[in-house]
Amino acid sequence: MTAAALAPTPTAASAPEAPSAAQVQAAERAAIDASASGPVLFFFSNAILWLLLATVLGFITSIQLHHPGFLANFSIVSLLPFTEGSLLADLRLTYGRALPAYTNALGYGWATLSGMGVAIWLLARLCRVRIKVPGVLITGAIFWQVGLTVGILQILGGKTTGVEGLEIPGSAAVLMLFGYLLVGLWGALIFGYRRQAPAYISVWYLLAALFWFPWTFGLAHLAVALPVQGVVQSLIAAWAAQNFLNVFITAIGLAAAYYLIPKVIGRPIHSYHLASTGFGAFILFSGLTGAVRLSGGPLPAWLITLSIAATILLLVQLATVSTNLLLTMRGQHHMVYHSPTVRFTIFGVISFTIASVVGLLSSLRSVDRLLHFTFFQSAQTHLLLYAFFSMVMFGAIYYILPRLLGCEWLSSSLISWHFLASAYGGGVLVVGLALSGIAGGAALANPESIFSQVIEDSSRYYVASTLAWGMIGIGHVIFALHFLLMLFRIGQPGGEPTLFAPIGEEKH
Amino acid sequence: MNRSFNLFAGIIGSFALSCYALVLLPKQQLGGLQPQTVEDEGKITEIYPINNVAVEKGRAVYASEGCFYCHTQQVRDEQNGTDLERGWGVRRTVARDYIFDTTPFLGSNRVGPDLANVGSTKWRNEPVDENSKYKPAKRDAAWQLLHLYAPRTVIKSSNMPPYRYLFENKKISGQRSVDALALTGSDAPEPGYEVVPKPAAKALVAYLLSLDKSHPLKEVKGSAPEVAAK
Ligand code: HEC
Repeated sequence: MTAAALAPTPTAASAPEAPSAAQVQAAERAAIDASASGPVLFFFSNAILWLLLATVLGFITSIQLHHPGFLANFSIVSLLPFTEGSLLADLRLTYGRALPAYTNALGYGWATLSGMGVAIWLLARLCRVRIKVPGVLITGAIFWQVGLTVGILQILGGKTTGVEGLEIPGSAAVLMLFGYLLVGLWGALIFGYRRQAPAYISVWYLLAALFWFPWTFGLAHLAVALPVQGVVQSLIAAWAAQNFLNVFITAIGLAAAYYLIPKVIGRPIHSYHLASTGFGAFILFSGLTGAVRLSGGPLPAWLITLSIAATILLLVQLATVSTNLLLTMRGQHHMVYHSPTVRFTIFGVISFTIASVVGLLSSLRSVDRLLHFTFFQSAQTHLLLYAFFSMVMFGAIYYILPRLLGCEWLSSSLISWHFLASAYGGGVLVVGLALSGIAGGAALANPESIFSQVIEDSSRYYVASTLAWGMIGIGHVIFALHFLLMLFRIGQPGGEPTLFAPIGEEKH
Repeated sequence: MNRSFNLFAGIIGSFALSCYALVLLPKQQLGGLQPQTVEDEGKITEIYPINNVAVEKGRAVYASEGCFYCHTQQVRDEQNGTDLERGWGVRRTVARDYIFDTTPFLGSNRVGPDLANVGSTKWRNEPVDENSKYKPAKRDAAWQLLHLYAPRTVIKSSNMPPYRYLFENKKISGQRSVDALALTGSDAPEPGYEVVPKPAAKALVAYLLSLDKSHPLKEVKGSAPEVAAK
């Protein structure tokens, strides 16, 4: 089996006369897209609403770091009468509540829903299966979001579990898990009915993501409910957070990148062997990295050592994925100028590379000692979740939506503005957080510098994060509006793909 | 068929490995930890840690206000940081310190200082210089309440959020309440009024003052259990 045979077929250019194989394939693709469009659009539009909520919350928490009084004593109830004793009683936006609300809205709202939308569409396309009873997927997404909404209201109302990363109380988490299982089951069924064997690289990553998530989420919440006592509880929370970010989210992001880049460029993935080695290393090692989050903490040393070793071994995956995707681009770099999808996706792949290298370096004990309890951790999370994953999801949505709606994006400059805002905003956010972490970490490491000095050194960069959130916010509003226009079919009906510049008109 | 089998075996097997190494094995190793005991004339008593249920309420407030997003409760040893030098503890913390915590607030970020031992009289967050005129204020309940209400009145550069909603602005009826905050300047309430902590604030402060993990343990080198047993 050669690499070429496994790659998705490039989009047919102008079709020849007879009802050729290409035309039959195009008709099949159109039928699959039509069957997927309901649930996938539902996932995307809901994801974008969560993204907007997360943007507002992220902006608020970033202001609170330099203006601690901001909304510190604001109660949402004062705006809503008759809430005494209900879920809406005593909702507050103090930093310690707004922050987990933000991470949950971003991770379980935007990232999970957009990721599931992309995953379902990719699976249907790559397995060449039409989606039956799409209502199940929509029901799943509804359960997930009802649970998430209740959970976030509980967090804002102070009814959190108190476990970082697993703040949502059990009853709401059960609703989420049930919703997830409906979606995950449909994903598995699509694979079961596949008419395309063997499975493409993206399918491996997607199946891994679909399987790992519910088990991790379920077991971790079970541990909170039992409850497991002592530091094992913290370890399980760290394991779950790491599995969510470094397995679930990462796998979906890479699956999308492995699909989109060859597809848009019209050339198969550089090497199938590299890809399968990379996947093997990913699946084996990334689930063992969780304990680095507790480096230096009250846990047996072997656990931390194991996770550091796994982080280092992940270098195998990083090397294969990055070289493979970037080599696929070889000679086609001009596509970054033309295709919005490629521009977003390549930005994501480069961020993934940086995130992995930084993750490796910062897991080393000598570095971790300095940066462990600082915003450097948050910088790494945002590098992975925003600069890599979210950017790839934007790219995927720019690619998928015209195929579902039969309508091309209205304006390439809107896409371009969105890219600039998200890329610069995300970049400034990550760099600002990282600098604040380095400065704060250096001050903490110096016993001569009193704590006020630590505050002063790390605070210097907080304003940069707020500025970054402003930029990101602008990008998201542009994106959401453009998306809304597409939903109303305000675009270029049946037009050519919306490119930044016509292909052939080189910019360099 | 064969390929899919390998794929599934890989996905399920790797998850099982991850779960075994990072959840089940540590649970087995640490789940059975017991408090440290002393034997006195054949009578065994548990001395540390004690399961302090009296401060559960305050612990819950600490969780619901999300204090742990800015504060850790774990002290690292000399090799891993300056925690001991800063006065945040006299020894590193270990798994046994947390056996009674259903949700140990280990924390992940130090926007503020570590609080593992904040209730101990030895805890400090400022250097204590014998010769200087400046002496850090005593961290008693009154100080903690004032700090919660308006952190910047006690620590000028603080970026800890104020928790005014844990307090009440009350009209003074007759005698001033004993736990009314000693506020001055722009924070002071209008004349005839006083600021008193709500039960949640009092519970929270009781919890904070109960935090002390400085008891020596045999697994921590240099913390000399013999001395402590006395
Ligand atoms: C936005 C981050 C943040 C949050 C949230 C936060 N703190 Fe703080 N805290 C700080 C900072 C910064 C300091 C150091 C400056 C100071 O003492 O005010 C601090 C200091 C402290 C101190 C030590 C004061 C001393 O010098 O003795 C205590 C005790 C404390 N916080 C308790 C709490 C409690 C309880 C909560 C939750 C209700 C909380 N903090 C929430 C940032 C935070």
